[in-house]
Amino acid sequence: MRIGVPLLIRLVVLAVLIAFLAAPEAFAPVFQPLTKNNQPAIYTQANLIDLTLSHLGIVFIATLLATLIAVSLAILVTRPFGAEFLALSRSLANIGQTFPPVAVLALAVPILGFGTAPTLVALFLYGLLPIFENALTGLTNLPPAVTEAARGMGMTGSQRLVKVELPLALPVILAGIRLSTVISLATATIGSTVAASTLGEVIIAGLLTNNVAFILQGGLVVGILAVLIYDAFSALERLLAARTGQSRRASA
Amino acid sequence: MIEIEALTKQYSGTTVVDDVTMTVGDGEIVVIVGTSGSGKTTLMRMINRLVEPTSGTVRIDGQDTRAVPAHELRRHIGYAIQGHGLFPHRTVGQNIATVPKLLGWSEDKTAARVDELLTLFQLDPAQYRDRLPNALSGGQQQRVGVARALAAAPKLLLMDEPFGALDPIIRAKAQDDLLAIQRRLGTSIVLVTHDMEEAVRLGHKIAVMDKGKLLQFAAPAEIIARPATAFVAELIGTGDRPFRLLALGRVRDVIEPGPADGAPISAELSLRDAFAECLWSGRTLLPVQDNGQIIGRVSLEQMRQLAQRPAGAAA
Repeated sequence: MRIGVPLLIRLVVLAVLIAFLAAPEAFAPVFQPLTKNNQPAIYTQANLIDLTLSHLGIVFIATLLATLIAVSLAILVTRPFGAEFLALSRSLANIGQTFPPVAVLALAVPILGFGTAPTLVALFLYGLLPIFENALTGLTNLPPAVTEAARGMGMTGSQRLVKVELPLALPVILAGIRLSTVISLATATIGSTVAASTLGEVIIAGLLTNNVAFILQGGLVVGILAVLIYDAFSALERLLAARTGQSRRASA
Repeated sequence: MIEIEALTKQYSGTTVVDDVTMTVGDGEIVVIVGTSGSGKTTLMRMINRLVEPTSGTVRIDGQDTRAVPAHELRRHIGYAIQGHGLFPHRTVGQNIATVPKLLGWSEDKTAARVDELLTLFQLDPAQYRDRLPNALSGGQQQRVGVARALAAAPKLLLMDEPFGALDPIIRAKAQDDLLAIQRRLGTSIVLVTHDMEEAVRLGHKIAVMDKGKLLQFAAPAEIIARPATAFVAELIGTGDRPFRLLALGRVRDVIEPGPADGAPISAELSLRDAFAECLWSGRTLLPVQDNGQIIGRVSLEQMRQLAQRPAGAAA
C-alpha cells in the first residue's frame, strides 16, 4: 500500500472540516470579508455538527434503502424467471431519475407533511437508478467462462449468485452506490426548503439574508463531504477489485 | 460407460445436433472434432445437461442422466473449458475445492485432495494453494482448471477446447500431462476440439462432426486410413496422412535388435519424431535408449512402411 501525498491532503482537509464543524467561530476571520453591513460571519442559529450529522443520516438512510431495493431488483431481473421484467424495472428506475427532486418534494409534502420524510422519499427515488444500472451491468457482464464453469461444476442458481456472481459484481455495484451517495449529498440540501434538517439550512439562510459567507459555509461543507466520501468509496472499490482478482494487473 | 442414443438438439427449427449415437467406454478418451458450428460443443454439453436434448437419451453406467437434477448430475462429471474459467476471487485451493465443497466433503478430506491434485499437476501446494488465479501463468491456470474438474474424482471428464488458449509449446506439454494423468486415474474423457492434430494425439477414438451429424466414429488409425466422407478426408489433410499415422506409434513398439550409430533417441518418442530425426541426421538406423540403456534400434525403412497407405485404404 502506498500512502502518498494525495492521502495526506485528504486527511488534512478532513481535519480542517472537523475543526470547522466543532468550533466554527474560530474561522470567523476567514469569512468576515464576505459579509456586508456587519452581518454575522458564521451561521449560529443551529449547531453545525448536528446539521451535518442529520444531513449525513438522511443521505445514509435514503441510499441504504435505494441500495436494498435496486440491488434486489437487479438480482430479480437477471434471474431466468425475472428476465421479462427487465424493461419494466428499468423504465421505473428511469422515471425516478428524470423526475426533478424538487417536484418530488412538492408532491410529497401534501401527503407526508413538512420535515424529513419527503426529503427521504425524493433522495430514495433519485438514488435508485445509478445503483440499479450498475448492479445490472455488474451482474450481466461477468466473464462468460467463469459463469459457464460455475454451472458446469454443478452449482445451483442461488449458489452461483452468492458465491460467484455477487462477489464479482460487487466493485461495479459499489460504484453505483458511490454515484448515488454523492448525488444525494448535494440534493439533500434542497430538503431544507421543506424543513428537513440538513446543511441546506445554512445555504438558504444565506440566500434569504443575502449573506455570501453563509452560502459559502454550507456549500463548502457539503462539497468537501462529497469529495471525501467519493474518494473513500473509490478506494474501497479498488481494494475489492484487487481482492477479487479483477484489477487489471499493473505492470508488475 | 456413456451411451449416447439418437441424441438431437433443435433450436427454433434449426437442428444443431442430429440423431447422434455413440458409446464411450470406461477409461477411454473420445475426441469430438469438427469445424465451428458443427454441433460438437452442443453434443458434449448435452452429456452434463448444460444443454437439454430435444430428443434422445444419455445413459451413464446404465442410468439415464435425467434421473437426477441437472446440478447434482454435474457434480459427478468433471468439466474443464477453454480459458479455464477459474473463479478470480477465490484462491487456487478454493477453486479446486469447489465440487468437494458442493458435495459436502469434510474440511480435512477436501484439503488433502487439493494438495494431492496440486502435486499431481506439478504445482507445489505450499507455494500455490493460497494464490489467486491471476497470479499464475496461462499454463498453470489451465492445469488448475483441469485439477478442479478432477477434484471429486469423477469417472467422466468433459473438456471443451481445454488447450485452445495455450501457446503451442505449453499445449504439447499439457496434452502429454493429460495423457499421463488419464492413464493413472483411468478417467473416461470426452474432449471437444477443432484441431485434428490434437484429436489424433489424444483420442483412443475420434468422432468427426459436421453440420450436426456424426460422420465417423472410429480409432484414429481407421479415420486416417479410411475416412468415411470427403469432409473427413479434408479435415485430416491428404498431405499429412503418413505423418499422422506415424504420430500414432511409439518407438517402443517397433524396436528391433541390433546396433546403430550416433545419438540415441528415447523409447517414448513418437515414430513421427523418430522419422524426422532420421531425415535430419541423415541416418537410416537410430539407437533407442530407455532409462539410460540402449535397448535396440529403429530403422527408417520400417517407419517408411508403417507410413504407407494401409491395404484397402482410400487413395
